Amino acid sequence: MRSKVYASPDAAVADIPSGARILFGGFGGAGFPNNLIQALDRQGASNLTAVTNNCGSGDGELGILFKHERIASVIASFPGPHAHHFQELYAAGKVKLELVPQGILCERLRAAGAGILGFYSAVGVGTEAASGKEERNLNGRRAVFYEPLAAQFAFIKAWKADAIGNLVYRKTARNFNPVMAVAAETTIVEVDEIVPVGGLDPEMIGTPAVFVRRVVQAKGIHNVVKA
Amino acid sequence: MSSKRKLSREQVAARAALELRDGDCVNLGWGIPNLVSAHVPAGISVFFHSENGILGMGPRAKTGEEDYDLVDAMKVPVTVVPGASYFDQTMAHLMSRGRHLDVSMLGGLQVAENGDFANWKVPGAKGSGGIGGAMDIATGARRLVVCMEHTTKDGAAKLVRRCTYPLTALACVRRVVTDLAVVDVTAEGFALRELAPGWTAEEVQACTEARLIVRGNIPTMAQPTA
Repeated sequence: MRSKVYASPDAAVADIPSGARILFGGFGGAGFPNNLIQALDRQGASNLTAVTNNCGSGDGELGILFKHERIASVIASFPGPHAHHFQELYAAGKVKLELVPQGILCERLRAAGAGILGFYSAVGVGTEAASGKEERNLNGRRAVFYEPLAAQFAFIKAWKADAIGNLVYRKTARNFNPVMAVAAETTIVEVDEIVPVGGLDPEMIGTPAVFVRRVVQAKGIHNVVKA
Repeated sequence: MSSKRKLSREQVAARAALELRDGDCVNLGWGIPNLVSAHVPAGISVFFHSENGILGMGPRAKTGEEDYDLVDAMKVPVTVVPGASYFDQTMAHLMSRGRHLDVSMLGGLQVAENGDFANWKVPGAKGSGGIGGAMDIATGARRLVVCMEHTTKDGAAKLVRRCTYPLTALACVRRVVTDLAVVDVTAEGFALRELAPGWTAEEVQACTEARLIVRGNIPTMAQPTA
């Protein structure tokens, strides 16, 4: 495999068109691709659809993209009370929201990456999450049908990568990153450190290189945590 | 009656901690459940599951020792105990949804006498609301214990005949620990199991919309012994 290393976050996101659907890793302040997010904001693409667990914390994480009204539609599990810019747009009717149970969000992403065309789960039965969805009885249990969730792009944060895109994650910063990496046509990864091919222990790889198209080493914006 | 003393949130958490058995793998949700980890009874050891990818989560990290790649689902820097593991979000919810955890404890807005559960959205509240992991956890819990105040701040009952708030999951709650009582969800409805000190069954019934089944003498709510 050839090197997938890009010179900067800006170069790694330069071709993302307005209207694109993008998966964003991160949860609990950890594992957010903050440098890619900031580069996307500078790039200026708009009318985006964001698939994410939450919708930013003040200007941090995805917050800046809502502040500048880059995102028109969101598929999320827990937008969050500190996602002030998102909540303002939502209250004004300027952003659409589909709420998905968190584990179902993972499984819909996994299905997209795994060639599974949909699945049934008891999660969401009788709730708003099932509204408009097919329901059937499976072995005496009510179950809701969920469709896969694919995207053109995924923005991923990992700890280390080699030059061909094998990824190693760290602690709870992995969260949504591995499952989002498999669900996009073009997965773009920011890491703390890029090592030569052969520099990572194959036993430790969290995402194999086949899923990754672009890698960029990013220093500057790390986790924004308000505990 | 309303002037009578209710249990504090810490006391509710301490009572809830008595639900834990040695070796249990346990998910604790937001609210009172989050306080339970400080009250694990002496002599038992449990593994706490954090839905952002930890089994074996330890206490909050000390000041100066925070690692911001090691946080709980509420962004708090935490630690891990010996024997802990990290995993991704898909595995974290496979554990909760696939009935692999022994006990899950969640905060609640309403519990119905058939076990229906509402905990993610107050009707008419500002903002988007958010589901998070609650639906996966409640649907897949082997034993779901809801820890909450018995009534709302305005005095409205939270143990109800039918939930009127947006649902989290159907027929999933096994036990409710409140600041007034311990109540089980049974085939016949809510069964009163324990009472807060100084409270009578009649007084707790008056704070409860659904009927409480009361059989025999109801003991006082236990607290862990140090």
